[in-house]
Amino acid sequence: MAVVKLQRPKLNFGEKIYFGALIKGFFLTMTHAVKSLLGKSAGAESLASSGLGVTMQFPEQRWDDHLPEYYRGAPALVTDEQGRERCVSCQLCEFICPPKAIKITPMEIPSDDPWAKVEKRPLEFDIDMTRCIYCGMCEEVCPEQAIYLRKDYLFAGFSRAEMVHDKKRLYEIGGVRVGLVNKWNELK
Amino acid sequence: MPSYLFWLFSTVMLIGGAAVIAFRNPVASALSVVTCFVGLAGLFIGLSAFFVGVIQILVYTGAVMVLFLFIIMLLDLKDEEKRAKSLAPVAAGLGLVVAFFVQLIGILSRSPNLTAPALDNPVLAAAAAGFPQNSKIAISLNQGKLPDVHLIGHTLFTQYNLPLQILGVLLLVATIGVVVLSKRQAD
Amino acid sequence: MDLLQIAIIITKIIVLTFLVVLPLVPVCVYFERRFSAVIQDRVGPNRVGIPLTLLGFKKDFHFFGLIQPIADGLKLFLKEDFTPAHVRKVFYWMAPVLTVVPALITVCVVPFGSPISLFGHCEKLVIADLDIGPLFVFSVASLSIYGITLAGWSSNSKFPFIGGVRSTAQMISYEIALGLSIIPVLMYFGELNLSNIVQQQADHGWLLLPLWGHDADHTLTSKLLFWFPAAIAFLIFTISIFAETNRMPFDLPECETELVGGYHTEYSSMKFAMFFMGEYAAMVIGSAMIITLFLGGWSIGFGLDAYVAKLHIGDFYFGGFIHMGCFLTKLIGFILFFILVRWTVPRFRYDQLMKLGWVVFFEAALINVFLAALIVAAPELKTAIIGIGAVLLVVLTAAVIWVAKVSEETPKVLRA
Repeated sequence: MAVVKLQRPKLNFGEKIYFGALIKGFFLTMTHAVKSLLGKSAGAESLASSGLGVTMQFPEQRWDDHLPEYYRGAPALVTDEQGRERCVSCQLCEFICPPKAIKITPMEIPSDDPWAKVEKRPLEFDIDMTRCIYCGMCEEVCPEQAIYLRKDYLFAGFSRAEMVHDKKRLYEIGGVRVGLVNKWNELK
Repeated sequence: MPSYLFWLFSTVMLIGGAAVIAFRNPVASALSVVTCFVGLAGLFIGLSAFFVGVIQILVYTGAVMVLFLFIIMLLDLKDEEKRAKSLAPVAAGLGLVVAFFVQLIGILSRSPNLTAPALDNPVLAAAAAGFPQNSKIAISLNQGKLPDVHLIGHTLFTQYNLPLQILGVLLLVATIGVVVLSKRQAD
Repeated sequence: MDLLQIAIIITKIIVLTFLVVLPLVPVCVYFERRFSAVIQDRVGPNRVGIPLTLLGFKKDFHFFGLIQPIADGLKLFLKEDFTPAHVRKVFYWMAPVLTVVPALITVCVVPFGSPISLFGHCEKLVIADLDIGPLFVFSVASLSIYGITLAGWSSNSKFPFIGGVRSTAQMISYEIALGLSIIPVLMYFGELNLSNIVQQQADHGWLLLPLWGHDADHTLTSKLLFWFPAAIAFLIFTISIFAETNRMPFDLPECETELVGGYHTEYSSMKFAMFFMGEYAAMVIGSAMIITLFLGGWSIGFGLDAYVAKLHIGDFYFGGFIHMGCFLTKLIGFILFFILVRWTVPRFRYDQLMKLGWVVFFEAALINVFLAALIVAAPELKTAIIGIGAVLLVVLTAAVIWVAKVSEETPKVLRA
């Protein structure tokens, strides 16, 4: 890389004495302070501010309505319109998962089941939310379009065990996904 | 000054002074000097010499000793801590102390046993007569206060004006000397 | 000294130091966080309060998060007090105390309000009405250098040490500018007693706002003439206080980007909190000094003080408390200014800081002393002498500026 020698700018007396810049700075900070007290900071509107600065104050106000289409929240399992679990426990998501958050115990569907032709379904499907990094690889790799990243983001618990989502919880979050979904288009 | 305060501050001073030579660690010694100075300032303030006491702390404790401490820390004198006690310096030190003590006793025994005049209202009012009416010194003396800052200023700028100016020039010379020495370039 | 007097002194110490100044420290921290947040378009701590929902009420009570400082303090108390193995223990333990104690001792000469009188007994709102006020503050405040220096040295690791060394050099340098800058003020008042200085300002106009109380000794012209040296002194004093209290833009001793945390890197829990407290207490006292010397202390101004001092219910003259409220309002205003400066001015480089102290402020303060002396003495001097003095002043100023310019030039021969 070429070495560029910079010439320091020659300051005139007014710039050297520093006070002009100082007062300009005071005006800038005070404008920010006054504007944020009045709730008129730049970007306050678009960020749905609480009326003080640009901040949205969390438990009372939520970002839910403003979540973008591409938002990646918690991974969850979905059922189709007939109530069938889409997951066939191929375990691809378990293998691709970078932090190894997913654990699947497959089971064979008994022959008297109406969906016996599907052959397999998960007996256990655990996603450890303390490990999940919301990368969306599971969603991309799933051949049956059974796992999706939903917009839920609020997960908290008092113990590690509480933070592991089991199959029931995953279907609760995921809900029903109707029709054949092309996962590459906008609809998720 | 109540006598118990005198004893308190003298004890602080003596302990500080003794600790200076007792400690092996140079930083601890320097801090003992600081203790000693604080005790001395307390004594000055007890004698109604507020200005001298405060300047004692401001100059010696707040500036001179900090620089000492600074240098000691920067040098990081480890050898001092394990130096062997040789007899000659101890003996010389003791000799000095004895000589000083003898001298002190000699002077004290010969000087008349004067008690300092109490700083009560009549004494102060009498002193006020020596200053022009309506001057700040005279007013506060008449009020029974000792304006020690004003008095020191008055004495310095009237009785000792020339020495003060000479001292000022001396300090200026020293300052300029330091600047010249530190700015001198190697050819 | 009878028992009543001792009781009054002890009450004053407890109330003024521990119930007024010490609580101001957490209040400062609260304002620091809140006002910083507002400047940066954020909200800041506004939650901590009384959790009424736990008791079955509908809403929590959080009054703008004013209880946050208590929570902060509690946190610092409950943290683990960790002493690293490599420190020099005695000095390590001594250092935090040496920073807090001097800062709190200086409180004793600050006049908080005009005298209060009850049953004919008049009591000044000062702990010790010393005749050497500002000097006392400077001398005791200079002791807090020991705390920082010892903290840096006893931590026995490199970043605290550099922080301690920087801080010591900085504080010693700026003490000179600090002391010299107020000489014009002391010359003008002819007093070192802070309560008398404030009383004089209440009667004849603040030093920086001399608009009322004119009489033969204090003519408007003389006061307006003195406004210029007073303004220069104010500028130098205020900026030096910033440097003296290690505040932004001069917080190089604890400059995070270079020195981790500076001299208190190795400290934790309450020992760290004591440094924090000492720093903020120094800031409070510094603001109090600026207000007392330049902005009329407890005085409300505009000639209202005489009326306020006369307010009474029966035998109880309570004007002093109103004045105290005025003083505290000014104090908080100045602390907000400190915070505003923190988020406005970028940090100086260390050589710039030293140059500002030694080359600019030291000389400017000296010239200012000369200028103030000329203005104060002018009424008693002949016109010719004033003229000679003015010419000398101009020559001196020009000489100092020339020397400063010459010293700024890069040396031609560099050291080997």
